[in-house]
Amino acid sequence: MRAWVPTILRGFLLLLLIAFLVSPGSFEPLLKPLVQPNAPAIYNQGSLLSLTLLHLRTVFIATLAATIIAVLLAILVTRPFGAEFLALSRSLVNIGQTFPPVAVLALAVPAVGFGEKPTLIALFLYGLLPIFENTLTALTNLPRSVMEAARGSGMTPVQRLIQVELPLSLPVVVAGIRLSVVISLATATIGSTVAAKTLGEVIIAGLQSNNLAFVLQGGLIVGALAVLIYDGLSAVEAMIARRTGAA
Amino acid sequence: MIEIDAITKRYDGVTVVDNVSMVIEPRTVTVVVGTSGSGKTTLIRMINRLVEATEGAIRLDGEDNRSMPGYELRRRIGYAIQGHGLFPHRTVAQNIATVPGLLGWERSRIDAKVEELLTLFQLEPKTFGPRYPHELSGGQQQRVGVARALAAEPNVLLMDEPFGALDPIIRAKAQEDLLAIQKHFGTTIVLVTHDMNEAFHLADKIAVMDKGKVVQYGPPAELVRAPATPFVETLIGDAERPFRLLSIARTGAAAEPGEAEGEPIREDRSQQEALADLIWSGRDALPVISMSGSPMGRVTLDAILKRAARPR
Repeated sequence: MRAWVPTILRGFLLLLLIAFLVSPGSFEPLLKPLVQPNAPAIYNQGSLLSLTLLHLRTVFIATLAATIIAVLLAILVTRPFGAEFLALSRSLVNIGQTFPPVAVLALAVPAVGFGEKPTLIALFLYGLLPIFENTLTALTNLPRSVMEAARGSGMTPVQRLIQVELPLSLPVVVAGIRLSVVISLATATIGSTVAAKTLGEVIIAGLQSNNLAFVLQGGLIVGALAVLIYDGLSAVEAMIARRTGAA
Repeated sequence: MIEIDAITKRYDGVTVVDNVSMVIEPRTVTVVVGTSGSGKTTLIRMINRLVEATEGAIRLDGEDNRSMPGYELRRRIGYAIQGHGLFPHRTVAQNIATVPGLLGWERSRIDAKVEELLTLFQLEPKTFGPRYPHELSGGQQQRVGVARALAAEPNVLLMDEPFGALDPIIRAKAQEDLLAIQKHFGTTIVLVTHDMNEAFHLADKIAVMDKGKVVQYGPPAELVRAPATPFVETLIGDAERPFRLLSIARTGAAAEPGEAEGEPIREDRSQQEALADLIWSGRDALPVISMSGSPMGRVTLDAILKRAARPR
């Protein structure tokens, strides 16, 4: 396959997604065969576009928070004074990952109520691990000679962190964010069980009214978003890696 | 001048550097040799306090090196290591500008310094300045590493096996360059190596380390003539002794009045090279010329052989 074929396919997928979100009605004939007569083929209890944007917003906020906390935590435990917290923070973050998001939702609702908040908490906890582990791996596997040179040229610990360690770790950190985003995009759909405005609404509506077309369009939009964002972040990662000479 | 005064380093009760005292004269090249684990790297890393000494003191031009924070001390001392340690995310120019940048030099002064150093190391500033380290060859990376160490015009340059990763041809060139640079800036160089040929080629004085102690510290010739311990003798090598002596003396020193046939040899070449020339060309004598090319007499096979014999 030629190198430009995947790029064209991605462009086509993006166009298709935008077209569907802006004017879902024009796709009705395609989905009509999937539903029983007289049932709507296109989600009709809200705008797909605004649901998609809200879905993305939820994922963005949760991932941003997870990134900030995970990166800070990883920086902290790789400093000399934080080394003893390494094991503790590892297990904390691991618990966040092993705890099922549904259970987090169930526990969070009594505390913060229905809506976006419990979803954000679940996504945040779920997104921590990949970013934390990747940042930790990056910071602890920097080339020894480079770190030695940074110390030898008289950089203070803070200067080493900002001028050398973080820039060199960036590609691996971005890889962690990428994993976390894709997990969150899929997981966010269950937020609709506690009344968060996400694309899960479309899927749940489809399940309740036995409408395969609803389930399909909700699932496909989430899938398309995940593929596009994954590829986009991969490209960013490759670009940074090229600049740092790692590629 | 670097005064190392009864310095000791222990890690968890294991003594790595054991009560070492030595004085390193300004504007000289001192080479520290020894087997791996002899403490030679730890010794020079205590000079710029990458390693903190357990006991003893090191003074630079009379000033204790603990009189300022470690990072400030290190900005004043050049440091070049094996595998160069260039920052892969910064261009060659940015790498060289590291220490001047930390010292807060003005942009124009930094740029001028970077250009001067690149030119000095035979790297065209316009071509190489904007490149990233991974776009350079091993020899070029090594030169940039040394240029970076010299950027803030330090009086002292510490080098930890700087040429260890280079192939023999590039290494020989890098050694020549280093000697030229040392003359140019008058830098005091302390270099660690386990390559005895390199040590004899570069050193004004050699310090031999064995199990954390400096067992002998003196000019190369002294090490050959009067090795202090069997370890020094082994390090120099029985079969190498006459050639080591010849390798550190200039041909000019063995010249005598007279004529000789054939290709001349410059007086600054080592007597070892003169001997090689004599053997290879099958002659008994070579004409010697000065650096400017004027005749200085001849050097004979006999004279060279006498100089290679055990001193009495």
